[in-house]
Amino acid sequence: MSNAALFQTLLRLGDNTLVLGHRVSEWCGKAPVLEEDIALANTALDLIGQTQMWLGYAAEIENEGRSADDLAMLRDVWDFRNILMVERPNLDFGHTMMRQFLFDAYHRTLLTALKDSTNPRIAEIAAKAVKEATYHFERSAETVIALGDGTPESHEFMQNGLNLLWPFTGEMFECDAIDAEMAAAGVIPDPISLRDTWIALVSDTLTEATLAIPQDDFAHKGGRTGRQHTEHLGHLLTQMQWLQRAYPGANW
Amino acid sequence: MTDQATTPPKRTGEWPLFEVFIRGQHGLSHRHVGSLHAPDAEMAIKNARDVYTRRNEGVSIWVVEAEAIHASAPGDKEALYDPSNDKVYRHPTFFDVPDEVGHM
Repeated sequence: MSNAALFQTLLRLGDNTLVLGHRVSEWCGKAPVLEEDIALANTALDLIGQTQMWLGYAAEIENEGRSADDLAMLRDVWDFRNILMVERPNLDFGHTMMRQFLFDAYHRTLLTALKDSTNPRIAEIAAKAVKEATYHFERSAETVIALGDGTPESHEFMQNGLNLLWPFTGEMFECDAIDAEMAAAGVIPDPISLRDTWIALVSDTLTEATLAIPQDDFAHKGGRTGRQHTEHLGHLLTQMQWLQRAYPGANW
Repeated sequence: MTDQATTPPKRTGEWPLFEVFIRGQHGLSHRHVGSLHAPDAEMAIKNARDVYTRRNEGVSIWVVEAEAIHASAPGDKEALYDPSNDKVYRHPTFFDVPDEVGHM
């Protein structure tokens, strides 16, 4: 098992939680109701907390003197390894919750499998994070059902969100040479093996939410490999990294 | 008692108000910690988890629709509470409670 492949795998895990955590934090102070505002901020903080563990371990594996903060704040777009879905702008509340739901279902499934990783550090982090992911999933699934099966207006928002996001879900189950190497060593599950569990979780909830699952299998890809991020990630980084870029090394 | 208990609460389009009670640890009773809005009881518990238990405050959450609570009227204060003011013998303050007893 090569350290380079492990490093990439840890970036994929940590960049998903970092970028989605930052996106969700953008709701802070302006969510539709106070209770949702607090819940979204909690979710964002959970994800950033998980990022510290993933990127902290990634920095150790890389062994070039960089810290988790360096990886988060001083890399540019092409070095990020998150899936494209999490860098999408929040748009409306329905789109945000649909993205959260689709990701949470995947995240919970992935972390559950990672608890059995042959790499003890990964297994430990996953065991801690899966508790948070389970709560996130319960919460976002309930919201998707409430709004999908709510008023005609809320239903339309959720269906639009689902239609927009569906083509971004295929990337979660993509398997390249790095995944194959890690899966063969038992470090991560084969991404494709997660799909059945995910689709079962997602269809149950979406059916209850009276939402129609798009039948198109086309998938936008390029985030996990860094080959082609959307234009949104650059804008996100200018916000997220501004302080460290303007005042290098600034600290509490 | 009015017939409030039997008629369902009026819906105004706003989420109903819930009162939140949290049990801090096993053996203690649930204590009122505050209130919040939620579309239903299940979501109220989730909201309570996010609003009131972030710092490991609880092991159990109760939520009650605020409309379902019947309260004493402030105007009845004298009749309800004043008569017990001068009856110190009703308080068990003449006993030494051993430390081992714990919560009383």
